[in-house]
Amino acid sequence: MIRVELPPHLQTLARVGREVQIEVSGAVTQRAILDALEASYPVLRGTIRDHVTHTRRPFLRFFACEEDWSHESPDAALPPAVASGVEPFLVVGALAGG
Amino acid sequence: MSRVRVLVGTRKGAFVLESDGKREGWDISGPHFGGWEIYHLKGSPADPNRLYMSQGTSWFGQLIQRSNDGGRTWEPVGNRFVYDGATGTHLWYDGTPHPWEFARVWHLEPSPTDPDTIYAGVEDAALFRSTDGGQTWQELPGLRNHESASSWQPGAGGMCLHTILLDPKERERMFVAISSAGTFRTDDAGKTWRPINRGLKSEQLPNPTAEVGHCVHRIAMHRSRPGVLFMQKHWDVMRSDDAGESWQEVSGNLPSDFGFPIDVHAHQPDTIYVVPIKSDSEHYPPDGKLRVYRSRSGGNEWEALTKGLPQRDCYVNVLRDAMAVDSLDSCGIYFGTTGGQVYASTDAGDSWKPIAEHLPAVLSVEVQTLPSLA
Repeated sequence: MIRVELPPHLQTLARVGREVQIEVSGAVTQRAILDALEASYPVLRGTIRDHVTHTRRPFLRFFACEEDWSHESPDAALPPAVASGVEPFLVVGALAGG
Repeated sequence: MSRVRVLVGTRKGAFVLESDGKREGWDISGPHFGGWEIYHLKGSPADPNRLYMSQGTSWFGQLIQRSNDGGRTWEPVGNRFVYDGATGTHLWYDGTPHPWEFARVWHLEPSPTDPDTIYAGVEDAALFRSTDGGQTWQELPGLRNHESASSWQPGAGGMCLHTILLDPKERERMFVAISSAGTFRTDDAGKTWRPINRGLKSEQLPNPTAEVGHCVHRIAMHRSRPGVLFMQKHWDVMRSDDAGESWQEVSGNLPSDFGFPIDVHAHQPDTIYVVPIKSDSEHYPPDGKLRVYRSRSGGNEWEALTKGLPQRDCYVNVLRDAMAVDSLDSCGIYFGTTGGQVYASTDAGDSWKPIAEHLPAVLSVEVQTLPSLA
């Protein structure tokens, strides 16, 4: 199971806690995780990435193993620690600007 | 006794204010979706328990929420707004071509007859419709495919389709207003559109009387006279007596003819209300006095309404979608301010009192007049 941490507003929207666990089949990549996340929680579609282009929304970042993966290819393999469920994949919102 | 429900969208959530027909004591619920910008929420005339809400933030984009119980509980519905076909370009602030990009839903307009049909005005300007209660949305592309669309240009607030009026008599006729392209009308249920801006004059345009390019802030009509439209423009209050074919200025003796909202008394089609602000860069009332102005003659002759409103040191604004009326015999007028107050008058504006005073900045106000519970 892949661990994903969500920002507070998306937790409220999806009616989940800070961390959710999802199953990803095949390579564990940003795209695969977000596909699985949106399949499990359809209300999150369009809130993390654009509906059509699947481009990450600009005020969000993707962190994993203390590194920023936001500008990596969405199809690049994430660290083994994420794939094994030891470390979470983080969806992080920009610090609030009001 | 009838009841009144006021739906308030703010920068940090939605609030629902309810009262009986006396409109003296108000129950306030909220914030619903605290922390989210609620640009607009409105009830269906066909089913007053059915409400729709435009919810969004820069972080997470656009969501649409729907309530089936008058705002007590909500469920997310469809939030996929995709332009039909090739998006094409409009003009950017610097005059260069810029692709159409969806930013947010500015206004939701439920059908008067079907609770599952609703229109959405969006930024970048376009008109969408859902016929399944908001689960899916389709663009009515005829508007954006108008030959003038490539020349539309945003104002500082974005190129938004902010007002949708459904003609209650001509069922295939609709009016929309876009900042800053102008006003448009369809007579075939949205398949084709034409600009209806003749008579508007806007000094910020190279040609002040151009067919398109006017920054229309708001339009309003009375349902008994859908051919008579009132407009608050970026400067000038205007009136049309021929469904928008031509416009005349009716600013008259207003202290400033700059403002955002305009609305019509529920029972007096020639009684209209505006809230003047000082100028296009000074979005606050002249002289620090919050004054609603009323004309009982459809414009030109205006009287200041001040009783119960702050008359000193008041520098709030009232945004375009933040004024509404109820349909009780003694027509109630409501407006919300960027300072977080919601004011109400139960006597058509003769006197006012705050019914909420410490909300986040108010973005929209709508009112439902409801039957008694008994």
